[in-house]
Amino acid sequence: MDSPKISLRGVTKAFGPKKVLQGIDLDVAPAESMVVIGGSGSGKSVLLKCILGLMRPDQGSISIDGEETTDLTDRGRARVMRKFGMLFQGGALFDSLRVWENVAFGPIQSDGMAPDEAREVAIAKLGAVGLGPEIGELFPAELSGGMQKRVALARAIAREPEIIFFDEPTTGLDPIMADVINDLIVKCVSDLGATAISITHDMASARKIGHRIGMIFDGRLIWQGPVDDIDRSGNAHVDQFIHGRAEGPIRMQVRKL
Amino acid sequence: MSIPLLTVLGRMTLAFLAAIGSVSSFAIEAVRQGVRPPWYRRQILRQMLEIGYYSLPVVGLTAIFTGMVLALQSYTGFARFSAESAIPNVVVVSLTRELGPVLAGLMVAGRVGAAMAAEIGTMRVTEQIDALTTLSTNPFKYLVVPRLIAGIVTLPILVLVADIIGVLGGFLVGVYKLDFNDVAYLRNTVDFLEFQDVFSGLVKAAVFGFLITLMGCYHGYTSKGGAQGVGMATTNAVVSASILILTFNYFITEAFFAR
Repeated sequence: MDSPKISLRGVTKAFGPKKVLQGIDLDVAPAESMVVIGGSGSGKSVLLKCILGLMRPDQGSISIDGEETTDLTDRGRARVMRKFGMLFQGGALFDSLRVWENVAFGPIQSDGMAPDEAREVAIAKLGAVGLGPEIGELFPAELSGGMQKRVALARAIAREPEIIFFDEPTTGLDPIMADVINDLIVKCVSDLGATAISITHDMASARKIGHRIGMIFDGRLIWQGPVDDIDRSGNAHVDQFIHGRAEGPIRMQVRKL
Repeated sequence: MSIPLLTVLGRMTLAFLAAIGSVSSFAIEAVRQGVRPPWYRRQILRQMLEIGYYSLPVVGLTAIFTGMVLALQSYTGFARFSAESAIPNVVVVSLTRELGPVLAGLMVAGRVGAAMAAEIGTMRVTEQIDALTTLSTNPFKYLVVPRLIAGIVTLPILVLVADIIGVLGGFLVGVYKLDFNDVAYLRNTVDFLEFQDVFSGLVKAAVFGFLITLMGCYHGYTSKGGAQGVGMATTNAVVSASILILTFNYFITEAFFAR
């Protein structure tokens, strides 16, 4: 592998007695799309938040382009964040701003772009995710779930980031809209030549958008490999997860009726 | 029996001290971010409108009725000692030193502090604050600092307006109900008023503006969970701001007027 774009070594994170991440080692190459799968509460979102600096890991190293990021100053963090785009699970659109202002937020507030120019960029990015300029005048609350996801994707790519994170990009969408979002993700990531990490438990999405898949279980990365190898992983946990079986080594804590 | 009681008291004390520490570090971080650029001018102006302009009706109504009641109550008391001429003085001093800033502060705490906690709390639970960070925007600079600046700047202006409206309320009752001579009422009001009366009220207002916006931002920013967490943040913002206003009111009064 070339020198990795993102590299994690021994990352741990606990909330009180609950150990969410227990020593994650992960390398993601430039322009690679890595998908992290795992059940609810397995630590996928915490992993993304630690890489983004929204949470500080208890131990371990996280480096972006070879630069250690766990102890950055405010200014250093802002500089590193310039490389990132993020699609949040619920969209996280600013509900007090119009759609175009949401998409243009990064270019205006962080890059100092003039509002008129940023508006044109926003309309172009909305076009790239299949939304017309008239949508730009609406507020997020006036959009359907699928459209909100598309706007959030447009916002994530508005600054043409080097790294894009997708947090459960298809959750809550119907299968057709989920596939539309998957196609858009593949197109946007490939057009930008960006490195991507997606977290999901939607296997159709994982197979479509990922080059490599890793599975987190109990705070550990228990398997990782090319997407084509997922069906012959030889790992009982992975097999149970990708086939969605109730029986297997992963036990859900459900009381019998 | 005494051990569980001590345990409960100990836990409460520790929780109280932890809350003070948490609010203090939040305030220090807000001030640290507030003294360094960039400053989001549009956000500051928007918050000044929200806190100052849109609070004018409620603060104005509170002030005029307070001034009117003050004149009436003073009259019933002072008439027993034939000291009716002191009424304009009592009205203006009470309003500028105490009632103007405290009542305006409490009304703004209820109106603005709650809305602030609800807005920022909703942004927290819907990951909008995390989204700000991923867009290279410091949430403290974008959300907290503009509100603090707007609170510190606009509350003194609001209190100044409240003082004038309150004095007008007292004047209306004094002249049209208690048969004071209008010129004499105004002369008594102005003659007895000292710069320090107004100044101390404005200092209180600036401090209250800081406290209201700090509590609104703190409780919103640290809210957890969903709708219930945001609801709790809203209640806590109003209650804590109101208590702090009354507490700081005493200490500022002590600093200005204690002999």
